[in-house]
Amino acid sequence: MISLTWQWLIDPATWTGPGGIIAQSITHLRISVVALVLAALVAVPVGLFIGHTGRGRWLAINLAGAFRAIPSLGVLFVATLLLLPRLSGDLAFELPVVLVLVLLAVPPVLSGTYAGVEAVDPAARDAARGVGMTETQILWQVEFPAALPLLISGLRSAMLQIIATATIAAIVGIGGLGRYLIDGQASRQYEVMAGGAIVVALLALLVDLVMAGVQRIVVSPGLVVAKEH
Amino acid sequence: MIGGVAWSTVGDLLLRHLYLAGVPLLVGLLISLPLGWLATRYRWLAPPMIAGTGLLYTIPSLALFILLPLLLGTRVLDDANVLVAMTLYSVALLTRTVADGLGSVPGATRQAATAMGYGELRRTLVVDLPLAVPVITAGLRVAAVSNVSIVSVAALIGVSQLGQLFTEGFNRNDMGPIVVGIVACVALALVLDAGIALLSRVLTPWLRAGVAR
Repeated sequence: MISLTWQWLIDPATWTGPGGIIAQSITHLRISVVALVLAALVAVPVGLFIGHTGRGRWLAINLAGAFRAIPSLGVLFVATLLLLPRLSGDLAFELPVVLVLVLLAVPPVLSGTYAGVEAVDPAARDAARGVGMTETQILWQVEFPAALPLLISGLRSAMLQIIATATIAAIVGIGGLGRYLIDGQASRQYEVMAGGAIVVALLALLVDLVMAGVQRIVVSPGLVVAKEH
Repeated sequence: MIGGVAWSTVGDLLLRHLYLAGVPLLVGLLISLPLGWLATRYRWLAPPMIAGTGLLYTIPSLALFILLPLLLGTRVLDDANVLVAMTLYSVALLTRTVADGLGSVPGATRQAATAMGYGELRRTLVVDLPLAVPVITAGLRVAAVSNVSIVSVAALIGVSQLGQLFTEGFNRNDMGPIVVGIVACVALALVLDAGIALLSRVLTPWLRAGVAR
């Protein structure tokens, strides 16, 4: 089994062409990034608002917990059955999936952003107010940069969830690396399933590493020093 | 019948789901307790251990279900794959929780116990562990709820549990079983969550006494 999987993985034909690993990885990444960006566009401003004003805290605290209980596979099927007959063209398969991915990604990004702003040292906020910063300046120049570590942690866990769910979503017909897992099972080729599973696990790991690298670069070194002391 | 599914079928699948999500949670906790203890006892072990278990969590669930037969020599349909995968995910979440919990015990409390003649093992079991219960059960609740959600994915590789209702409904273009499955999944997650919260309350009577006064 292991050698068959290995042979499948090192075969150049597996990697190239329209259904190859490279093309499917790009599709997988494209869907995942679109979903993450859309989720961040919704969740980051709301999280900043909740963190800055303290209004709607129960939403940020309970939303993540409640959403974790909802099985993503079930929601994926519901969205597809509801939306697919009403859509046409290339987007018909992808739109319900992206919608579900955004829905799953909003809670972790929201609670990460909110927790990040709330964890800002009150002394830093007071000092900013003391030197005459407006509320908007405090939000963007003090709270936002200081919230980045937890905000990006939220984005990272959201992205892992998106990549995993986008894999499962191959069952409703979209492209991406999940195709190997689902099609390999349909054609009873375990080496295709296992090879695809290895590639998607590596992709998830790689994306998480890249995001960890971005986190290192954008988080102010002052915050890292402050944490170590 | 509910949503085109027999009640007895829902009950059977619910029990299967509880088994596939619950047993790994308990096994994962039993593995995480010594791992988390090691991470607090030997500080240098903490970063690699947290990073290592965190790495497990990056593997998408469907990929892990499919890869385990390769590593374990099991059949693809074997329950063992799901049980081992869910145990790995539980360990990934709980090792950090146990380390955080044991690390949250105040230094003065540890020193007082040592001064009273407690050995390290006895102090860990009788003093540190009970005080870490609130943190550990908080992590346990998160792990229980996400286990219930992840187990349903195993329907795609043909392991029967509530997720089977999703695939059946989808293949027949019938919303009924899917909705029944979702409701049953959420209900199971909420019951486990509430059960662990209750257990935590029972295990920490001193916290309530403090609030009452």
